[in-house]
Amino acid sequence: MTRHSILRITAKFMIPYILLFALYVQFHGDFGPGGGFQAGVIFASGFILYGLIFGIENARRVLPARVTRVLLAVGVLLFGGTGVISFFFGHNFLDYSVLLKNSVSGQHLGIFLVELGVGITVSATMITIFYVFASQDK
Amino acid sequence: MALTAYAAAQTRNLFAVVILSGIFSLLAAVLYVVLNAVDVAFTEAAVGAGISTLLMLATLSLTTDKERAKHQIKIIPLSIVSVTGLLLIFGTLDMPFYGDPNAPTNLHVAPLYISDSMKQTGIPNIVTSVLASYRGYDTFGEVVVIFTAGIGVLALLGHGRNRTRPGKNRNVNLEDENRIS
Repeated sequence: MTRHSILRITAKFMIPYILLFALYVQFHGDFGPGGGFQAGVIFASGFILYGLIFGIENARRVLPARVTRVLLAVGVLLFGGTGVISFFFGHNFLDYSVLLKNSVSGQHLGIFLVELGVGITVSATMITIFYVFASQDK
Repeated sequence: MALTAYAAAQTRNLFAVVILSGIFSLLAAVLYVVLNAVDVAFTEAAVGAGISTLLMLATLSLTTDKERAKHQIKIIPLSIVSVTGLLLIFGTLDMPFYGDPNAPTNLHVAPLYISDSMKQTGIPNIVTSVLASYRGYDTFGEVVVIFTAGIGVLALLGHGRNRTRPGKNRNVNLEDENRIS
């Protein structure tokens, strides 16, 4: 895809904004529409766009497949770990009220961590699937 | 939407089908916005129009974009689909009207969420607090489903990069697109 200069320039211009928008959706999901799932998908699509335009080898150099595989598990563990922490305070699984002294801010922190876990897992899954698909022709 | 669906079913060019399904998802997202379900619309736009179109395009670049010619109408599948559709429409007849405040779903826990969500979680977006806190267990299950989908694709296609593959045009279901909303 070295010839398509319009595609390359436009993608180069768009990708930072797509990634930035994904982060906005991730951390602003408490106040507006969106959340971890949508943010993860948007982040992954920005990255996949990069892979499609600039070649899969360059994309692998930015984010190696090994890293996405680890992140795949990290998201689930972050979600589950946040739930397990409340066991130590004698509460139910995924009861975030005990994470901080104030139960409301505990809930807030818990939801933040959980959404982060969702986002990490979703985007890592999508990028992993893209890598696996894209390397099929070798 | 019906027009795009019909066009996608008719055309033989798979590239056009992918783009048409993206347009279909975008129209569905607009419909969800009209129904005031902004979060669902967001998910539909991001997943249906965004990433699934991209993944389909990536798949098309590995295979061909021409569908094999096959054009006979099979009676049994058609009748099964029609009967199921008619039964589903029949099932909606005694459902409460859209937005009916006395519908059972609007009387169970929904009022509690609406009145207490701000007090208990301090988060203005009720959808987020329901998904992540009240229904955290379900969301955890959904994340595990996505994780499993990723692991499954890796297990099927991932590790054998040095192995000789029997055929590179193997069909793989994009089963990870179950929508979370």
